Amino acid sequence: MGSYYESEDLGKFGEIGRHGKALADDFFRYYGHATGTDGALSKREKALIALAVSHAQKCPYCIDAYTTQCLESGANPEQMMEAVHVAAAMMAGITLVHSVQMQNRLEKLVL
Amino acid sequence: MSAVIPLVARSAPPKYDFGAQLRRRGIELPPLSIDTLQVNITRLCNQVCRHCHVDASPSRTEMMSAAGLAKCLEILARHPAISKLDITGGAPELHPGFDGFVERASGLARHVMVRHNLTVQLDGHPVTKQSKEYLPEFFARHKVELISSLPYYQPFFTDSQRGGGVFGKSVEAMRRLNAQGYGVEGSGLALNLVYNPVGPYLPPPQASLEADYKRELKAKFGLVFNSLYTITNMPINRFRLHLDKTGQYEAYMEKLLAAFNPQAAEGVMCRSLVSVGYDGRIYDCDFNQMLEMDAADASGRRLTIYDFDLEKLLKRRIRFDGHCLGCTAGSGSSCGGATA
Repeated sequence: MGSYYESEDLGKFGEIGRHGKALADDFFRYYGHATGTDGALSKREKALIALAVSHAQKCPYCIDAYTTQCLESGANPEQMMEAVHVAAAMMAGITLVHSVQMQNRLEKLVL
Repeated sequence: MSAVIPLVARSAPPKYDFGAQLRRRGIELPPLSIDTLQVNITRLCNQVCRHCHVDASPSRTEMMSAAGLAKCLEILARHPAISKLDITGGAPELHPGFDGFVERASGLARHVMVRHNLTVQLDGHPVTKQSKEYLPEFFARHKVELISSLPYYQPFFTDSQRGGGVFGKSVEAMRRLNAQGYGVEGSGLALNLVYNPVGPYLPPPQASLEADYKRELKAKFGLVFNSLYTITNMPINRFRLHLDKTGQYEAYMEKLLAAFNPQAAEGVMCRSLVSVGYDGRIYDCDFNQMLEMDAADASGRRLTIYDFDLEKLLKRRIRFDGHCLGCTAGSGSSCGGATA
C-alpha cells in the first residue's frame, strides 16, 4: 500500500454500503439532508462548518470535498480560511480549557 | 504563457457521449427557433483568460470581413423573427468595423447585445494602441445591452482567471458605465455580469450569488448592475489544456456527467440561437464553433451566412459532443446564465 489515503477513494464513499446497505442508506439520506440542502442554515454556511470540522478532524477526503463544496456554494478563500481559524481556535481552546482539570488535580496532589 | 499556444480542438472520449445521455432518457432536442444571431467577429482580445474557450489573445488576427458584417445585417433585416444580435469575440470592440456594425444593427430595431470584457475600455487596442475610452458613451447612445465577465466580487478569483490587475480595471470600467446610467434602475441600459468558476467546479446558485455580488460591489465600490449570469466552464481548448496538464480532466467530466439535469437539457441555448464565425460559417453555438463542428443541413452540407436559409436551419440536427455536458450540469448553463 502506497498510502493510507488515496484521493480517488473519495469517490468510493458510497461503497460503505457494500456490507450493511440499509444502515448506509439511512446514513446517506441523513448526511445529504443535513449537509447538502438549504435549511435554517444555507448550503454555504453548512459547507463552511463542514470545512472547519474537516480540519479539526484532519480528514483529507473531507478537506478536498468541502473545499470544492465551499466554492460551488459561492464562498471565497477569505471566508474559508476564517472557518479554519474558528476550528483552530476551538481546538486550542479545547486543549487549554483542560488545563483547569490539570490545575484541579494539582491542587489535590500538592501539599 | 502556454495559454497562448494555438490549440488543436479535441473531442471528448466516447464514455462522455452526450447523445447517449439524451437517448437513455428519451430526450430529443430539435431546434425551436432562431431568436438570436450570435456573431463572433474577431478572436483578437486584449486579455488572455485562462478558461477562454475561444483561445482569444492579443496575437489572434481572425476578423470577420466587411462583406460578412454586411451579410449579417442583411439577414437581420430579412428575418424579423431574429430579434437579437449578440456580438462576441475576442473583444469585439477591437474589430475595425465594430462601431458601424452596432450603429447599423440598432438602426434595424433589433436588440443588440455586446459581450464586453470591461478592461478593453482602459487597455485600448493591444496592437494599434487606439483608445477605447469612448465606449461607455457609445454603448449608451445605441442602448446596447452589455454582458461582462467578472468572475467574483473580489480580486483573487478575478485576477487568477483573467490576469493580474483585471479586477481593478474592471471596477473602474464599471464606474464609467454606471456614470452613463448602465445598471441603474429605470435607465433602460442593461449591464449584466457573468460569473465563471475559477477552476473545475460547478457555479454556485445564480440567485444567491447575484445577491452577494450586488451587496458587495455596492458596499465596497458603489457599483450597480442588473443581473448575474452563472456560466459553467466548457472542457474545451484552453480550459481543457489546463485540465489535462493538471490531471483533472476525467474528474471534471465525471462531475459534469453526474450532475446531468434533464430540465437543463431541455433549455440548452442551441435550440434558439445560431452562432456565426468570423468566416461566415454557422454553428449551433460558440463552443461548437471553436471545435469546428459546423452546422449542416439534412444532406450534410455546411451552412454559412452567404446562403442563409432559416427553414433549413430550423430543420437541422443540432450537433452534440461531450462538452455539451457543461450546458446540462446542475442548474444548466448558457450565454444567458443558468437554464434550470
